[in-house]
Amino acid sequence: MKQIVVISGKGGTGKTVITGAFAALAKNKVMADCDVDAADLHLLLQPRIKERHDFRSGLSASIDKKICRQCGKCIAACRFSAIKRGGSTSGGDAIGDGFVIDRISCEGCAFCSHICPVGAIKMEENLAGEWFISETRFGPMVHAKLGIAEENSGKLVSLVRKKAKEVAENNNCDWVIIDGAPGIGCPVIASLSGIDYAVVVTEPTLSGLHDALRVIEVTEHFNVPSRLVINKYDLNPDMSKKIEEHCAKNGISLIGKVRFDKTVVEAMVEGKTIMEYKDTPVKDEICSIWEKLQA
Amino acid sequence: MNMIISVASGKGGTGKTTVAVNLALSIGNVQFLDCDVEEPNAHIFLKPAIKEQYKAYIPVPEIDDSKCVYCGKCAEVCVYHAIAVLPGQDGKKGTTLVFAHLCHGCGACSALCPEKAIKEVNREIGVIEIGEKGDMQFVHGCLNIGEAMSPPLIRQVKSYINPTRTVIIDAPPGTSCPVVTSVKGSDYCVLVTEPTPFGLNDLTLAVEVLRKLKIPFGVVINRSDLGNNKTDEYCRQENIPILMRIPFKREIAMAYSKGEPIVKVFPEYKKYFQAIFNTIRDGKFS
Repeated sequence: MKQIVVISGKGGTGKTVITGAFAALAKNKVMADCDVDAADLHLLLQPRIKERHDFRSGLSASIDKKICRQCGKCIAACRFSAIKRGGSTSGGDAIGDGFVIDRISCEGCAFCSHICPVGAIKMEENLAGEWFISETRFGPMVHAKLGIAEENSGKLVSLVRKKAKEVAENNNCDWVIIDGAPGIGCPVIASLSGIDYAVVVTEPTLSGLHDALRVIEVTEHFNVPSRLVINKYDLNPDMSKKIEEHCAKNGISLIGKVRFDKTVVEAMVEGKTIMEYKDTPVKDEICSIWEKLQA
Repeated sequence: MNMIISVASGKGGTGKTTVAVNLALSIGNVQFLDCDVEEPNAHIFLKPAIKEQYKAYIPVPEIDDSKCVYCGKCAEVCVYHAIAVLPGQDGKKGTTLVFAHLCHGCGACSALCPEKAIKEVNREIGVIEIGEKGDMQFVHGCLNIGEAMSPPLIRQVKSYINPTRTVIIDAPPGTSCPVVTSVKGSDYCVLVTEPTPFGLNDLTLAVEVLRKLKIPFGVVINRSDLGNNKTDEYCRQENIPILMRIPFKREIAMAYSKGEPIVKVFPEYKKYFQAIFNTIRDGKFS
């Protein structure tokens, strides 16, 4: 079984469109959406949810106002400015008397609960999201929804990966195909462990190249082989050429280019992968990329 | 009053940096903060002259072996599992291990160590660069490769906020902690989207974040002629002001690809961005 993840550094370069196309092309596979805080793959694959689970992760402090003597030790200790004194304001709203935890700022470190001299602070586990095992027209899919403004996206990514791998092993699948997150931080790092290939999708822009090179550095840092794809290459052919030259010079494996085509947006509007939609050269270009990945 | 205006999106690649940069170039007395520290791009368009560079650190524990008695208190209080203590056995000394990359820098271990055997040392997580472009002040952070946590660096970028200026914050994509850390404390947030199913799905998530944070917001629809009209319908239903529409133009895409702001190629756009700013400043939304 092989695991591939589609990442990009920069957002909006076409990760999910490419992942959706791979889902249509690959045989005997499981899909996983690891862009847990802005997941979109479900819009192409329309999963029917079979299992739904809570994602509990991280802690938040909670103050018992009846016990609290407002000595202020917690406020002095908290490095995340997450404890506010009553009467002050937060986000324009006056908060009532007594000390209040700003749950959005609280990192759950529990320092306050340890130093409170009267034991007024308790730590509570967060309900930080949900994860699902689903069925799609292309096979099983594991996906998740991080709670709004929640933390620990990396842990949720690891959980989705673990479950997708289990489903793949139980069904003797050949592939786990993973849609990754933008950026280079915790959700991306969590999506790289144990990966056979990271497919990095870029676009022919200075930002796209700058961000792709950073995320390729991250793949190298974690010893994951990467394969580059230039999406919408004809929007700036000169820049695409520069990227090709850069790849050749620096030993980056470029495995394909995909043109800009409004048909891709039409397919998305229809809730279909591009492979299921009307004929366009984009299909051949993505097929050729998929063949190279299997080689 | 000088406002803090952040630009965010949910979905990546919708045009946050484009809107933030062009807005900043269209109004005066601006400080620009690029808080997308994982993939900072605004400097590509603004080309600021960097005047100062600082390394950014978070405090992590360092164990003084001569004082540590391997009691395990530090490992017990660390919720991030960044410390492990192996007690001594058969007269042999124990070991206290620090996994610095897991540490959030909360300071609990050093404060609670009964032997005062832990001091905090700096671990580098990225760099902060400060510069200027004409009259505009510019600050951005750049997270080191392999570093998982961006919020500490984002907080440090925001510590440079200049209250005597209009502050424009370019936020990262998504809906989780990096975005929340970036937009928190803003007086207004501009959400940039595209009228596609992906754009709309992620816009609705971003709207939930801003409602939770109680930050007023409006929407810019980029590449407004690609996709469908569901985004318009959604904004109408939810009473969300649409501040601006930017059509898809190959000339704009080409300028973007070369790192050129729209207002440089199409100077008439300056007045549209000024209009957005005036609308936000005066709080008059149609």
